[in-house]
Amino acid sequence: MTSPTSTTLVDVRDLNVYFRVRRGLAASRSIKAVDGVSFELSPGQTLGIAGESGSGKSTVARTLVQIIRPTAGTISLDGEVVTNLKGSRLRQYRRRMQMVYQDPYDSLDPRMMIREAIGEALAVRGLAKSQHKDEVHQLLHRVNLPASVATRYPGQLSGGQRQRVSIARALAVKPEVIICDEAVAALDVSIRAQVLNLLKDIQRDTGVGYLFISHDLSTLRFMADHVAVMYVGRIVEYGTSDEVFANPLHPYTRALISAVPSVTSRGQLRLKLSGEPPDPGNPPSGCPFNPRCPEAIDECRRERPELLMTSSGQRVACHVVSARQHRESAKESA
Amino acid sequence: MINLPESELNAAFVGSEPMVLGEPNFWRRAGRSLLHDPIAVCSFAFIALLAVAAVFAPLIAPFNPLHEFSNGLSFQGAPVAPNGHFLLGTDASGRDVLSRLIYGARVSLMVGVVATGLASLIGVVIGTVSGYVGGVTESILMRFTDMVLSFPILLFCVALIAVTGPSTRNVVLVIAFAYWTYLARVVRGQVLSLKEREFVTAARTLGVGHLKIIRKHIMPHLLPTIIVYGTLGVATSILIEASLSFLGIGVPLPQASWGEMISEGQQYFQVAPWLLIAPGVVLILTVLAFNLAGDWLTDLLDPASRDMGR
Amino acid sequence: MTGWLVRRTLQMLLVVFGVVTLAFVFAYIVPANPARMVAGPQASPAAVASIARQLGLDRSVWSQYLSFIGRLLHGNLGVSFALEGRTVASEIRGALPYTAVLAVGGIIWEIVIGIPAGIIAAYRPKSFIDRFATIGALCGLSAPPFWLGLMLIYFLAYKVSLFPINGVGHPLIWYMILPSFTLGIGGAAFYSRMVRTTVLQVLSSPFVEFARLKGMPERTILFRHVMRHALTPVITMLGMDLGYFLGGVLIIESIFGIPGVGQLAYNSISTLDVPMITGTVLVAAVFMVVMSFVVDVTYTFIDPRVRLKRAK
Repeated sequence: MTSPTSTTLVDVRDLNVYFRVRRGLAASRSIKAVDGVSFELSPGQTLGIAGESGSGKSTVARTLVQIIRPTAGTISLDGEVVTNLKGSRLRQYRRRMQMVYQDPYDSLDPRMMIREAIGEALAVRGLAKSQHKDEVHQLLHRVNLPASVATRYPGQLSGGQRQRVSIARALAVKPEVIICDEAVAALDVSIRAQVLNLLKDIQRDTGVGYLFISHDLSTLRFMADHVAVMYVGRIVEYGTSDEVFANPLHPYTRALISAVPSVTSRGQLRLKLSGEPPDPGNPPSGCPFNPRCPEAIDECRRERPELLMTSSGQRVACHVVSARQHRESAKESA
Repeated sequence: MINLPESELNAAFVGSEPMVLGEPNFWRRAGRSLLHDPIAVCSFAFIALLAVAAVFAPLIAPFNPLHEFSNGLSFQGAPVAPNGHFLLGTDASGRDVLSRLIYGARVSLMVGVVATGLASLIGVVIGTVSGYVGGVTESILMRFTDMVLSFPILLFCVALIAVTGPSTRNVVLVIAFAYWTYLARVVRGQVLSLKEREFVTAARTLGVGHLKIIRKHIMPHLLPTIIVYGTLGVATSILIEASLSFLGIGVPLPQASWGEMISEGQQYFQVAPWLLIAPGVVLILTVLAFNLAGDWLTDLLDPASRDMGR
Repeated sequence: MTGWLVRRTLQMLLVVFGVVTLAFVFAYIVPANPARMVAGPQASPAAVASIARQLGLDRSVWSQYLSFIGRLLHGNLGVSFALEGRTVASEIRGALPYTAVLAVGGIIWEIVIGIPAGIIAAYRPKSFIDRFATIGALCGLSAPPFWLGLMLIYFLAYKVSLFPINGVGHPLIWYMILPSFTLGIGGAAFYSRMVRTTVLQVLSSPFVEFARLKGMPERTILFRHVMRHALTPVITMLGMDLGYFLGGVLIIESIFGIPGVGQLAYNSISTLDVPMITGTVLVAAVFMVVMSFVVDVTYTFIDPRVRLKRAK
């Protein structure tokens, strides 16, 4: 693993988030929603986290904003360790990392006017009430909404408009990082493009970092500079966006990418993924992907693969890939 | 970037969702919905009538309810039937029934509203605290609520009055102490589910403090429930007060109370059936009006709870 | 599953304990002079003093509490001064059978009127029958039981000697018809509305539609699918009603002259017979708690979703 550089914005090390489940009078079980996850985010960049449901990506998001407490591991923001903050320090931290949620309706209080919803964020920032009106208009303008939206209720807006309001609200506290948890998944495709472009604009202007979580790879391809692919709570592949999409190494990543319909993929072999993601409370032994993996070898069933760097600079957690790398480097040095 | 024109914003989403208090169109839509429902109109009209009668009783009632008229009793000393003078007849002491009914409205409404208001206050506070804070606090509070709920409500009130002594003040306190439990349970359930809503998570992420979250996000969502249960609570309180007065341990004599009038009428029903019928009908209409109003409010504000047995 | 059962039983015992404690607080802590309340307004100061000693009112609250619990465990609910020193426990025991018959009668009326009314109204929505049933239900909900009872007595027992005016006699059922009807009509009204709503929901659900398309006769649909859905919530509430009724329905018993537990409580009001009031209230509350427990357990067998959840 590369050591965190001084320019790293967010640094997450060995994050574990385990949930205890009680089964009556029997012993309790742990569900390892996030199991040993590490990643970095540099300022002004976007890290995309890809994965299906149950992969733990939303849990990572909620842990970063401290809605869920991690069981182990450290989170650092700007070099400062911020795991397990409490009280006023927690409140100060909260302003620096904001989130835009998947559900455009429920993330805005249906009984609050838009200007009140954004005003709430402004109040947290400490802005005087007299200046709220102007600031709200400015923020709305920034997300390309007319000022008249301020006096409306969420129920009167469309999904795309609501998401823009959520973005405005997140921007209101001037955060350093914005986590987008499936922020465009519930939107129509045409609206999706608008919102994504808006997000990119904002990043260009303000230098805010994004943690973009999505199950949709084409969105990630567009948005992310780096990509981490998660499966059952672990990162199985990690690299720059170009690397991962052009040269996916992990069998899971390859299957996901080949499932993305594209104009140029006519006639290409589609890697079919059979079965379903396993129950996070009872993952298979060894590599969690091995029951579905077309290339699984013996070792895959026995031992869990570590996330290792390949010669190309990508990181993959796969025995098959590691074995192949060994063979190739052995061949070269031979 | 495309900006939607104003007209588009207006056209979108005239919701079939429950109406939001404070929304610009709310009162207009509520008014229209009311006018389409004659039963609701009648109920509210009746309640308004009662309120007027209660407040302006001294001006409206034809006679002093406590005055025992000499011409209120026949030769044999029996109550006089309804006639041109005493519109609803007189009771066994020669007092005008109509006037007593009007003053009785004052008692019933006052007890109903105050007891329910008090019960709502207690119930909302306890429900919100236990739902929001959770943990041991919630367990303790809810166990306590369950315990109080285990007592059949009338018997409970009766026992408390027996211990504290019958008086109007005690009646109000006792009813409030019995009724808050219903609100506490419902509010707790609502707060539990509200806590998980994404906009509450969003507010927490923003760094909004807990008290502010309760005040600005949770309370406004509780308002419909409070209104509905409040209305039904008035109906229940009025019934309990009438029952207590019927048993003779409610509002003390000689103040007029519908329950007490019914109790008296019970003894004379062979001779003077109007003594039993008049207060009974008024009582039924009042409770019915509040129940129907509560129904309409439920449909307006909180349709989802319609099938939950209240 | 046993895990849940054990926990639920413990919870029930805890609530019973709490109820007992509450009764203690209200009987002995709240009143200004508990000994006088127990001895009665007519008792001489010497009698009051001796009662005070008996109850240990000079001792600490804690030891009073413990001796209260101790007495309860021996079945000693105190002595009723109004009834010449007969024990509260024996009086309640004697009165209970009448209350039980009344309670069961009330439940029967609730079932017999409430459920069919709700179902019929649901099958013919907006029809005359539906509107009639709705209005009837609303009246039943709003009519105070005591008034309704008196009206029934006046019209059906007095004017027309169809039923006895009050009291109990032979055959008991005959004497119980009017009172149990008065008791049950409120609940019947409530259930008819609830059943109507639930049945309407079920009737418009996709799987009923599918059953009809399959050609299943309407009657089978009714009994196999609709009833099950409609009845599950009703059964819970019926259980709670039974618990409530067993506590003794004060007013109805007093109007109809039924010597049940409620009548005991009613009589003790005018004399302010605190031991009797405390005793009856305590018994009533315990019935409620136990019935709630029984209902919970029964629910596990009725609703497979609940059963699976509890078996975890």
